[in-house]
Amino acid sequence: MRKAFKLQDLDCANCAAKMETDIAKLDGVEGASISFMTSKLMLEADEARFGDIVQEAQAIVSRYEPDCRILVPTV
Amino acid sequence: MNPKQKRWRNRIVVALILFFAVCAFEATGHLERTLDRQNALLVEFSLFFIPYLIAGYDVLAKAAKNVARGHGLDENFLMAVATIGAFALVFFPDSEPHMAEGAAVMLFYQVGELFQSYAVGKSRKSIAAMMEIAPEYANVMRDGQLERVDPFEVAPNDIIVVKPGERIPLDGAVVEGHSRIDTAALTGESVPRSAQVGDEVLSGCVNLTGTLTVKVLKPYEDSTVSRILEMVENAADKKARTENFITRFARYYTPIVVGLAAVLAFVPPLFVGGWADWILRGLTFLVVSCPCALVISVPLSFFGGIGGASRQGILVKGSNYLEALAKADTVVFDKTGTLTSGTFEVTELRPGGGVTPEELLEAAAHAEANSNHPIALSVLAAYGKPVDRQRIAFAEEVSGHGVQAQVDGEVVLVGNDKLMYMHNVDYEVGELVGTALHVARGGRYLGTILIGDTVKADAAQAIDDLHAAGVKRTVMLTGDRADVAAEVARTLHIDEVRAELLPENKVAEVERLLDELAEGGQGKRSRNLAFVGDGINDAPVLMRADIGIAMGAMGSDAAIEAADVVLMDDKPTKIARAMRIARKTMGIVWQNIVFALGVKFAVLVLAALGIANMWMAVFADVGVAVIAILNAMRAMRS
Repeated sequence: MRKAFKLQDLDCANCAAKMETDIAKLDGVEGASISFMTSKLMLEADEARFGDIVQEAQAIVSRYEPDCRILVPTV
Repeated sequence: MNPKQKRWRNRIVVALILFFAVCAFEATGHLERTLDRQNALLVEFSLFFIPYLIAGYDVLAKAAKNVARGHGLDENFLMAVATIGAFALVFFPDSEPHMAEGAAVMLFYQVGELFQSYAVGKSRKSIAAMMEIAPEYANVMRDGQLERVDPFEVAPNDIIVVKPGERIPLDGAVVEGHSRIDTAALTGESVPRSAQVGDEVLSGCVNLTGTLTVKVLKPYEDSTVSRILEMVENAADKKARTENFITRFARYYTPIVVGLAAVLAFVPPLFVGGWADWILRGLTFLVVSCPCALVISVPLSFFGGIGGASRQGILVKGSNYLEALAKADTVVFDKTGTLTSGTFEVTELRPGGGVTPEELLEAAAHAEANSNHPIALSVLAAYGKPVDRQRIAFAEEVSGHGVQAQVDGEVVLVGNDKLMYMHNVDYEVGELVGTALHVARGGRYLGTILIGDTVKADAAQAIDDLHAAGVKRTVMLTGDRADVAAEVARTLHIDEVRAELLPENKVAEVERLLDELAEGGQGKRSRNLAFVGDGINDAPVLMRADIGIAMGAMGSDAAIEAADVVLMDDKPTKIARAMRIARKTMGIVWQNIVFALGVKFAVLVLAALGIANMWMAVFADVGVAVIAILNAMRAMRS
């Protein structure tokens, strides 16, 4: 499953690069890409564990930028 | 500026004022006169520490938090260590005081960071504004009443009303009214287009003058506006090689420079002494070790390039394609719909023996009635009378050959030489200019219809622009006969022509050209091949080329899917413009990389030799970042 998330308050380009590397290494993630400019995270991951993976990704994001939140789309 | 940035700015301004006040006070020499050396230093220390804390307490807090969590080496940590180090040097008995530098480094760092944040926010906003083409509602006609609903809820064949000033919510055809339409959001074209009954209108455009009643043709998910938004969202996904290289570089750069800083600070003084001086050199290294300028300026440049292009109706699906486009030196065109307008016109009727021109046209029109190929449409237009579909039993397209149909119980063939040959029809060959459409009924040759295609007004200009932009080879692929194709190529100054190709041959032809391109360089190709098509029949070729460019593609879903670059209108001059934007963006990217690395390395060397001080180091960090960002923003204006 592939989904795009908005990253709120993503301020540091280098941190975005680090988050991307770490999220891509998560178990069940097939691909992760963060665009600093559009503040978007594209996540391609195992459908069964998708919710957990998003939470793990949030933990990584918070580690590099404490203010930054992964916004889960409402639709 | 957002509120967060405003508070940040105010804080920096206060810190700056205090800093300069302290500097001025210190310059009077009042402290030295009234206090002994030790106490004077302590007072000075405390005075400089106030603006330092005001400016940088958040940096210190973040650094502390990071260390507590067990991973450091981010920019906050580096800045905290460097500046605290500079202050701490005062405790070395034999050193000059460096408090002013410590405070100044923090101040400039914050000024640079604020500017970065502001610049990033601004360019994010400008792209967001560009993407504000999503319609908020649709006025749909239900039970004779107009109802305002979400565009999602509107289905094809619904009737919607678009008032002046409103955005067209879904793709459709005008059934009533006439107006002028602003397509700038989609095509970058500033001259409004007129829309009348029968015209197709695209979602995302703004209706300007009159009320339009529109029959919806596509659901919202497939409408132009949602496809564009989807494409832009996904563009973020595909990063250029340069971009990946820089983030990887940054991953090694920082630890290496920090390592060198440690070595520089502690190893030489073991042999030559002078601890304070060497530690200061090490601290200077730390300031230079931040990779920010590079890491931010590269994606910002690409983003600017993609944003600037989209403002002109050129959608690039990722920075990797912008990078590839900059390196294209072979451009292959599909002729029809790309260089020629694809609007065909019947130019001549040549009935065979005993056949009237009307009979010839009638047979052809009925056979072609179910086709929407441009040639078929031109035949129908020339026929000009309604087609009686009852008379058509079946009709099928024979790809690359023509149409085979059964009309009034007889097999009617309409197509090129190959089709006639395939069915053993004896046809006349004469001096023909244009596309020849032979017609046969029940195995008997009825005559030939000549169809001309008009070359687009700016096609010749487009090819010249490409050559001027450094494209070495232009090739035109077409299913047309060789003499027609050669004539078009000659007028347009195209270098080479491959004519009489079936759609499936086009892929093979592009593959051959790719191989030829590979032979020039050793092993890996450094030059690329771009293919430009209109998306009808050529999706496989678009995918096969290094860069697939689809033009006027808003109608063709397959083309949007397959292409890497989508030109929203059908002007071939946009190809050269896209290429210029790509080259300019790559130029800016490399300028930034070379400039940032050059300054950093220079300052590192000078710092190691004890020539560069912390002031220079902080310039090498934030000064360079600011300049690189300003340079990157140029990519947006093209």
